[in-house]
Amino acid sequence: MESLLNVSSNALYTAFVIYLIATGFFAATIRDKRTSDGKNTKTSIIAISLTIIGFIAQVVYFVTRWIASGHAPVSNMFEFVTFLGMSIVLAFIILFFIYRLNVLGLFALPIAMLIIAYASMFPGEISPLVPSLQSNWLFIHVITVSLSQGILAISFVAGLIYLVKKIDQSKRSSKTTWLEIILYSLFVTLGFVIITSTFNAMDYEATFVQSENENINMVYHLPAIAGPEGFELTTADRMEPYFNAPTWMQGSEAPKKFNTLVWSFLIGTIIYGIVRLILRKRVGAAIQKFVKNINLDLVDEVTYRAVAIGFPLFTLGGLIFAAIWAQIAWDRFWGWDPKEVWALITWFFYAAFLHLRLSRGWHGEKSAWLAVVGFAIIMFNIIVVNLVLAGLHSYA
Amino acid sequence: MDKIKCECGHVNPEGTVLCEACGKPVERNQHIDGNDKTKLLNMRYEGSARRSQTYNRSIVDKIWNFFSSVKVGVWLIVLALIASGLGTIYPQEMYIPAEAVNRDPAVFYEASYGLLGKIYYQLGLHNLYSSWWYMILIALIGISLVICSIDRFVPLHRALKNQQPKRHSNFLSRQRLYSLSENVSEDEREVVIDRLKKQRYKIMNKDGNILAEKNRFSRWGPYVNHIGLIIILLAAILRMTPFLFLDDYIWVREGEQKVIPSTDGDYYIKNNRFILETYDEDDEKFQAAMEQKGELTHKNYQTDVVISKVVGEKITGVEPELEKVTEGSIQMNKPLKFDGYTLYQSGFQENEFSSMTFKVYDVNDEDETSLGEVKVENLMSPEKTYTLDNGIEVHLNKYYPDYEMDNGEPRSVSKFPRNPAFVFEITDPDTGKKEISFLGIGKNIDATGENQYKLGIVDFEMHYVSGLTVRKDYTLPFFVVGAAIFMIGVIQGMYWQHRRVWINPEGDGIAMAAHTNKNWFGLKKDIEKAIENTNIKMVVDQEERERKEQEEQEA
Repeated sequence: MESLLNVSSNALYTAFVIYLIATGFFAATIRDKRTSDGKNTKTSIIAISLTIIGFIAQVVYFVTRWIASGHAPVSNMFEFVTFLGMSIVLAFIILFFIYRLNVLGLFALPIAMLIIAYASMFPGEISPLVPSLQSNWLFIHVITVSLSQGILAISFVAGLIYLVKKIDQSKRSSKTTWLEIILYSLFVTLGFVIITSTFNAMDYEATFVQSENENINMVYHLPAIAGPEGFELTTADRMEPYFNAPTWMQGSEAPKKFNTLVWSFLIGTIIYGIVRLILRKRVGAAIQKFVKNINLDLVDEVTYRAVAIGFPLFTLGGLIFAAIWAQIAWDRFWGWDPKEVWALITWFFYAAFLHLRLSRGWHGEKSAWLAVVGFAIIMFNIIVVNLVLAGLHSYA
Repeated sequence: MDKIKCECGHVNPEGTVLCEACGKPVERNQHIDGNDKTKLLNMRYEGSARRSQTYNRSIVDKIWNFFSSVKVGVWLIVLALIASGLGTIYPQEMYIPAEAVNRDPAVFYEASYGLLGKIYYQLGLHNLYSSWWYMILIALIGISLVICSIDRFVPLHRALKNQQPKRHSNFLSRQRLYSLSENVSEDEREVVIDRLKKQRYKIMNKDGNILAEKNRFSRWGPYVNHIGLIIILLAAILRMTPFLFLDDYIWVREGEQKVIPSTDGDYYIKNNRFILETYDEDDEKFQAAMEQKGELTHKNYQTDVVISKVVGEKITGVEPELEKVTEGSIQMNKPLKFDGYTLYQSGFQENEFSSMTFKVYDVNDEDETSLGEVKVENLMSPEKTYTLDNGIEVHLNKYYPDYEMDNGEPRSVSKFPRNPAFVFEITDPDTGKKEISFLGIGKNIDATGENQYKLGIVDFEMHYVSGLTVRKDYTLPFFVVGAAIFMIGVIQGMYWQHRRVWINPEGDGIAMAAHTNKNWFGLKKDIEKAIENTNIKMVVDQEERERKEQEEQEA
């Protein structure tokens, strides 16, 4: 048992490292002068082969963990988000073989890696299934949803590539600013991963005890910049909070999550600042050279194709399968739980995307912006709805 | 109504942009699809006469035109999207946590979320999804779906049914893919037709004019999926009728048999036992996770029940005769079905006492040796009088199943034995002296201070109360059918493309034009394959050419 879990986590680690190397090779294909879209050089073949090997390693993680735990490993935040990373890679592999677009790998793999790294910040122990989750619909529903979100993530990646290439960086505009904000949000995620893993490695713990009731406490795993209101720090030699988290934040352990958010922005901003100082231009402008040779129409086509596959799959997994399971487990197929509502919002959004594109001719740049917003909604549903809004889906 | 007669002889309805038969642009209607400003023809609805683009006089026309606009439809979707999001800021009323200090929404939102919570409540956002305005918004989307679909489907269907292989030269040359080839032999034409046939094109040949067409059905995809959505919306309306949908809840204690609500008293349920299982703390597999969580994880909620049906007439006050219908376990994810009803495990209470045992002892006895025991069974309705072996008589004078002190007066909060308290009267068999004792959990009061006997709790039993949802839902099949039709429609419209190639003789050569609603790349490939090694020129993508010319001009 123990050894199987070891195999599992090592496989995940291996996959991560291979993705990293593959990203390097995808970057090399761009520099390769002979490469043009549609033709595969040796570098490109190595890059995609590595990606597939990495993916297989991640499948090994998935299967061994399934065997070890006895249930589909998609039952908590760590498992679900890891699987989302895997879905993104799978979606990329599929679309790569349709369009042979190397630059897609250069952007998709880092985003998949960021998501896997993000996942590993959550408790990774295999946890038992509560009664409501004990059903085959667990994997049918969650895996379909995750695959659809992986494919929709590729539409975001293609949209991002489109914007990086298309937006005129010679002068500052609202468009360059928005693009920077998107890229900055990736830095914040990176900030979260770095700060969390650093203090996890140090086993950092600071306990706060409520002044009124000493039985209630809150354990911080990061130094408290924002402390909980009405609590006192009881662990010795720990940093006193600079200020208290706003009291209107009510979710479970809200001050702690708020503190983590403050840290993520802090570290993200520092890294972003350093990168800007080194580059001496906007990040969007700096990465423009990677997309110099791409065909915008093709990238636009990838955005659409990803939505065309992702939307029906999302409907199936996120609404239909979800409703069937909800009917069996919770006696109603629809209950306006926040997660359900946000699935509906996601669905509304991509329905609007398709109508605007197919009926009102929103191609190219407009379509690319929409793909970015769509992915933001998906990430909102995974992160904010699970961690901030209380609901039936708060399994993590 | 003014019909439009085309020079080809076909009579088109008013509002037609491109003749249904030959495609010749109807001069006075070109503004409708914006063809007057572009070189290429807008082929989205085949230039058919759509009601919304034709009439704009009466109020009916105006309403029709409003709802048939995709722009309006998208705006409605966006509004519904934003509105739905608002409802998730704080929990909806039905999700106010059970452990909240005060579950009254008028208090809860302000107490938990301050001013914003109060505003949220006062705006009615705590019941957003059943509010009239949200329902109206969804209804408007429904109306838009219906009108949009009819406005386009009917004329589009007519136009595609009436199309002729011979097309007007203006129609052909203004297609996105077009080429004019000279010196094309009869044989070469045959070869191309053959090759198109092999690619599963249906060929229509009229006097040497060719129309090759495939996957026309994909044009109906959007309308099919809209029908699916309309069925779902109709099902949601049906669900509001008690006739097709019932929803009730029953709490049933272990050992208890009671009538199932909302079944007209026809069915009874007996709870044989309720099982609450937790994961083993020492389970190697989950140990780490459970240690971190710091509490036991529930593994199973289960109620073993017997369902019975009343046979014969139901007479008030008379115990009905029951016949067993079914017997089984209800678990989470495993509801029990019988005669159209479904029972779901959806809650339990574990804070009720079923029996309590007391011993009687002498006040002065330090060892508290028992003089006899009193077992009060069935705390829902306990027996009143108990006689011990040694003749002591214990009488239950007063009973408070859910005791609390209210302004110095004892009372029962509910009729359920969650905190039972007793007033016992003990009669000494020898002296006949009566004395009163008050007993509850953590309380043992001798009001006079002169009692000879004392009672003490020696044992108790508790029972579970199982919460079951009772459902009857005849609308489910409608939702299933609606969802299935939606999926079929989406796939049909998204993964196939309607491709057409027109080949018309032009002098001693041919004019070739082609159109598809999606994936031009695929259509070009089809044509390339078909004309390989012939004199026929490959079609030119006029849109791409235009764009390139424009880009060059800009550069």
